[in-house]
Amino acid sequence: MIPASFDYVRPASLGEAVQVLTDAGEDAKVLSGGQSLLPLLRLRLAYPSVLVDVGRLEELRGIRDEDHHVYIGATTTHDEVVRSPVVNAECPLVALATATVADPAVRHRGTLGGSLAHADPAGDLPAVAVALDMEFVIHSTSGERVVAARDFFLDYLETALELGDVLAGIRVPKLGEGWGFHYEKFHRTAQAWAIVGVAAAVRLSGQASGEGRRIEEARIGLTNMGPTPVRATQVESAVRGAGLNGGDAVREAAQNAAEDTSPPTDLHAAPDYRRHLARVLTHRALLSAAAAV
Amino acid sequence: MTEEIDAGFVARQIAESDMLSEPAPDRHEVGAARRRKEDARLITGRTQWTDNIQLPGMLYVAFLRSPMAHARITRVDTSAALHHPGIVAAFSGRDFAGEQGSLPCVWPVTEDIVMPDHPPMAVDEVRYVGEAVACVIATDRYKASDALEAIEIDYEPLPAVLDMTEALKEGSPKVHEAGNRSFVWKFAQGDIDAAFRDAPVVVERTFVQQRLIPTAMEPRAVVAQTDGDSFTLHSSTQVPHILRIMLAQVTGIPEHKLRVVAPDVGGGFGSKLQVTAEEVLLLLLARRLGKPVKWTESRSEGNLTVHHGRDQLQRISLAADAEGHIRGLRVDLLADMGAYLMLVTPGIPILGAFMYNGIYKMDAYDFTCTGVFTTKMPTDAYRGAGRPEATFAIERLMDELAAELSLDPIEVRRRNWIAHEEFPYTTIAGMTYDSGNYEAATDKALALFGYDKLRAEQADRRDRGDPVQLGIGVSTFTEMCGLAPSRVLGSLSYGAGGWEHASVRMLPTGKVEVITGTSPHGQGHETAWSQIVADALSVPFDDVSVLHGDTAISHKGMDTYGSRSLVVGGVAVLQACDKVKEKARHIAAHMLEASADDIEFAGGSFKVRGTESGRTIQEVALAAFAAHDLPQGVEPSLDSDATFDPDNFSFPHGTHLCAVEVDTETGGTKIRLYVAVDDVGKVVNPMIVEGQVHGGLAQGIAQALFEEAVYDAEGNLLTTTMADYLLPSASDLPDFVTDRTETPATSNPLGVKGVGEAGTIASTPAVVNAIVDALRPYGVNDVTMPCSPERVWRAVQGGTS
Repeated sequence: MIPASFDYVRPASLGEAVQVLTDAGEDAKVLSGGQSLLPLLRLRLAYPSVLVDVGRLEELRGIRDEDHHVYIGATTTHDEVVRSPVVNAECPLVALATATVADPAVRHRGTLGGSLAHADPAGDLPAVAVALDMEFVIHSTSGERVVAARDFFLDYLETALELGDVLAGIRVPKLGEGWGFHYEKFHRTAQAWAIVGVAAAVRLSGQASGEGRRIEEARIGLTNMGPTPVRATQVESAVRGAGLNGGDAVREAAQNAAEDTSPPTDLHAAPDYRRHLARVLTHRALLSAAAAV
Repeated sequence: MTEEIDAGFVARQIAESDMLSEPAPDRHEVGAARRRKEDARLITGRTQWTDNIQLPGMLYVAFLRSPMAHARITRVDTSAALHHPGIVAAFSGRDFAGEQGSLPCVWPVTEDIVMPDHPPMAVDEVRYVGEAVACVIATDRYKASDALEAIEIDYEPLPAVLDMTEALKEGSPKVHEAGNRSFVWKFAQGDIDAAFRDAPVVVERTFVQQRLIPTAMEPRAVVAQTDGDSFTLHSSTQVPHILRIMLAQVTGIPEHKLRVVAPDVGGGFGSKLQVTAEEVLLLLLARRLGKPVKWTESRSEGNLTVHHGRDQLQRISLAADAEGHIRGLRVDLLADMGAYLMLVTPGIPILGAFMYNGIYKMDAYDFTCTGVFTTKMPTDAYRGAGRPEATFAIERLMDELAAELSLDPIEVRRRNWIAHEEFPYTTIAGMTYDSGNYEAATDKALALFGYDKLRAEQADRRDRGDPVQLGIGVSTFTEMCGLAPSRVLGSLSYGAGGWEHASVRMLPTGKVEVITGTSPHGQGHETAWSQIVADALSVPFDDVSVLHGDTAISHKGMDTYGSRSLVVGGVAVLQACDKVKEKARHIAAHMLEASADDIEFAGGSFKVRGTESGRTIQEVALAAFAAHDLPQGVEPSLDSDATFDPDNFSFPHGTHLCAVEVDTETGGTKIRLYVAVDDVGKVVNPMIVEGQVHGGLAQGIAQALFEEAVYDAEGNLLTTTMADYLLPSASDLPDFVTDRTETPATSNPLGVKGVGEAGTIASTPAVVNAIVDALRPYGVNDVTMPCSPERVWRAVQGGTS
C-alpha cells in the first residue's frame, strides 16, 4: 500500500539525532533498516509526521570486543552480526538466532537495534536479549544511560525508550567457558515469524560423573509466549543438576516452560498449543545447547 | 545465394545480401530444451509491464473499498476529498449508476440460475469487504490514496452470510433478494442406488476445499486512454480478446473502437481470467475525464479483491465390493460463489464434475453441485479450476478405501484403473479419454521413489514408536484440459467457443512472424511456438518472432487458461504453417517449371520429386514478395491463418508419490521426498514442461500445507498480507524428483497434452494422503487443509473419525 506523507530528516550525528527527536516530539519515529517500520507505514498502521534516519551514522555501527562484553552498535545489520567473528566466538547465541531472521534481503537491511527497539515479542532477538541479560545503551539530550534487558521490554511493542531517546548499542555479556547455545525456532515457512522460539544457553558440569554430564546452569528466553519476551526462570531452576544421560530430568524440567506466560492467539496457533510447543521446544533447545558445549 | 531469382531491384539486393535466411533442415526443435527467448527481457525488467506505462497528462485512480461484509449505503459524500491537494475528481457508485452496467457472467450453468446484477461500483448495498464504493482521481498515486480518507460513507449494517450450510437454511439472512441458492446442477449415470445397495464397503467423507487467494507475482494494473473516438485499455490480463468483447458489451463502446492490450504479464493462475470492476471503471473514467487513467493494486488490495479460488464443501461417498472394486460414487458439493457470479464462477465446480471418477472404472456416478451465495469475495478460476477439488476428493477417498480394506493404496488403484489397452475409454462421467498408460507412470514412480524401502522404514518407525512418523501419499491423477471443443462448451451452456487462432507471416527475408491468439503470462509461448514453426517450415529457431496479447495485432483469439495454449493454440500454429507450405509449393512449382503435384518439401526446400534442384522456402517467400513472376491466380503472399477447434479435451495423467515426516510432538511436517511422473504426451520443450511441473507442485503443496483465506465472524478478511496468507518459498519445498512417460495424445496432430495445471491438481492429495498415512496408528483419518502444525497436532491428540 501507500504510506501517508511524512517528513524525512537525516541527522549528521547522534547528538543531532537526539536533538531532532526531542524537538519533533511524539510524532517522530527513528528509522534504521526500515524492515519493521516501513511495512507499518505502508499498511497505514503508523502515521509518524517525521522519520529520523539514523541508518548512516557511523557511531551507531560496528561490533567491538570489550573485555567483559561484546558491544554491538544499534544499526549493525543482521547480516553483519551473523558474519562477525567476535559474535560467533564470544556470544554465538546472538548469531544463531539472527541467522533465522526472515530472509537474506531482510538480514542485509534490518538491524539488531531496530529489531530490539521494535520489541515485537514474535521477533527472534528479544528472547535472546533477556536470556543473555543484554544491556541497552541509550542516548538522549540528557546523556547516556544503560537499561537491563529485563527492564527494557515493557509491553507489546513498548520499551523503556522514551521521547527523544535513541538506542545507540547493545552490550552482550560474555558468559565465559563451558557454555553451549541453541535457538529453536518453530515456524510454518522460512520467512514467517516464530510461532514459538526458544533461546537456550547451557553450562555443563566440568566432568562426566557416573551418570554422565549434568546441566549446571541454563539461561532460557522464549519468543512469542507473551506481550514481551519471557525468561523461563522456572525451567532454569528446575533443570539445574539434571543429568543428560538416561532419565527424563531435562524433559521434566522443560514442563515448566509455559509457567508465567500469556501466549497470544493468532491464525497460526491458540494459546494451549503454544504452551505445549514451549515445553517441547524448550526440551529440545536444552538438549541441543548441551550437545553444542 | 541464388542468382536465378530475378525479381527486381529490392529482391535482388536481399537475395545477394546475407539478409535472406537459409533453411535449418537438420535440427529438430520440437523436443529440445531450448532456453526461453522471452526470459532475458522478463527477468531483467526491460519490458513494458502495465504499471510502467506513463502517458502525458495521466491521472491516478484509488478506490475506497467497503469495510463491511454486508450493509446498505445510506449516505455518500465525496466532497471533502476534492479539497485535498492534487485531486481532480471523486465519484461514488451513484455517479456511475446510469452507465456502469453489470459485470458479466458468461456461464449460466442451469436454465433457472440466479444471476444477480453486479455493479462494478456498489450503489445501494455492499456484499463483501473490499467491494469498491468510491474512487478518487489525482495527479499522483500518493495524493489519491491520502484523499480516500476524506470520503464519508454511512452504512446500515446487514447480517453477514458466511457459512454455506447455514446460508441454505430456511430463514437465513439473504445475500441477494432472490435467495442464497444460485443453482443446483446435477449429473447422473448408471444405477447409483443399486451400486450402494448391500455394498460390502461404503466409504464416506466430507472434505473442505479451503478458500485460496491466487497470488500472481505481478499485481493487477490497468491503464485506460481515449482520443475522443476510440479507446485503448492496457491491463495485466490473461484474456485480452475476451476482455475486449465483454467490455464492449458492458460499456457500449463499439468493439472496433476498443483496443485491449495485455503487454508482458507477470502471472495469473486464473485470477486474470476475469472482467474486473476496475477495468470497466477505468474505461468509464477515461471517457468521462478525457485523460489517461491508471490504477495499480497493492498486494493487500489484491488479497481482498482478486477473485478467490476453491472454497467448496465436498460430501462424497464410494461403494465398493469386498475386493475394493468401485461400484459407485456419490458427490454432493456446496460451492461458494461469494457475493456475485463473475466471468465463469458457476462453471468452475461443474468442470470438476467430470473428474471425480478420476482414472477409475465404476458402474454408477451421481453428482450434485449447489452454488451458494455468501458475503465474501466472489470465487472463480484458480489453477486447475474444479479439477484439483475433484482429484483431491477421489484420491483421498481411494486411500481411505485402501485403509478400510487393509490394502496397499497402489494395489487398490490397480484394481480400479483403466488398463492401457482399454483406450480410448469412455468414462462414467461421459468423457472419452483418448490415451494413457497408468501402469507405466506408476511403475516408474514407484521405482524412483523406492516405495518398498520407504514402507519398511515406515513400519520400523511405527514399531519403535518414533515421535517422528513417516507417511506415504499416493496420487494417480488425470485431468481434462485443453479447453475446449466448442460443441462441448455449448452443451455446458458456456458463452463462447474453445477454438484458437494463429497467423503465420513469411517476411521477404525469410523471417517468420507468428501471431497467436493465446496470451502468455509466463508460459513461454514465444519459445515453444518458435520451436513448432522452426520444424514445420525448416527455418532457424531464431528466425521466428511470436506476437501476442494486443487485439490490434492479434485480432482473434480465446486467450490462455485451462492448459489450452499448446493443445489448441499450438496446433493452430502448426496448421497455419501447413497452409504456408501449401501456398509456397505452388509458387515453387512455377519457379521450377514443374507441376505442383510433383513438388515435395524436404530439408527446407521445395524440390521436384526425384531431383536435387529446388528452391528454399525463403527463396519462395522472396519471390512471393517481389511477385514479378507468380503463377496465374496465385496471390503474392505466403501468409496464412488457421483456426483450430479441438474434437476432444486433453487428458494428461501421472503418478505422484510423497513421503512426509510428521513430528507428532509438534505437529510439524516435512516433505522428505516428492516424486512426480507425468505423462503430458509429446513434449515440445522439456525445460518448460519441467518448469510448469515445479511451479504446479509448489502451488498444490501450498494448498495442502500453507494457504488459506480466513474471514472472521463479521466477514472481514484476516489474511490481507503475506505475513498472514502464507506462501512457500523455495526453502520450504523439497527438491522435486520429476520424470515423464510419453503416451501421445491421439486427439491432435502434435500428440501433446496440457501441462499447466497438472502439478497443482496432482500434488495436494499426495501430500495430505501422506500426512494422514503417517498418523493412521493414532486413529487419524483426515486432517483439514491446510495441514498446519496446530491442526496436525490436534489430530494426533484427538484423532478424527
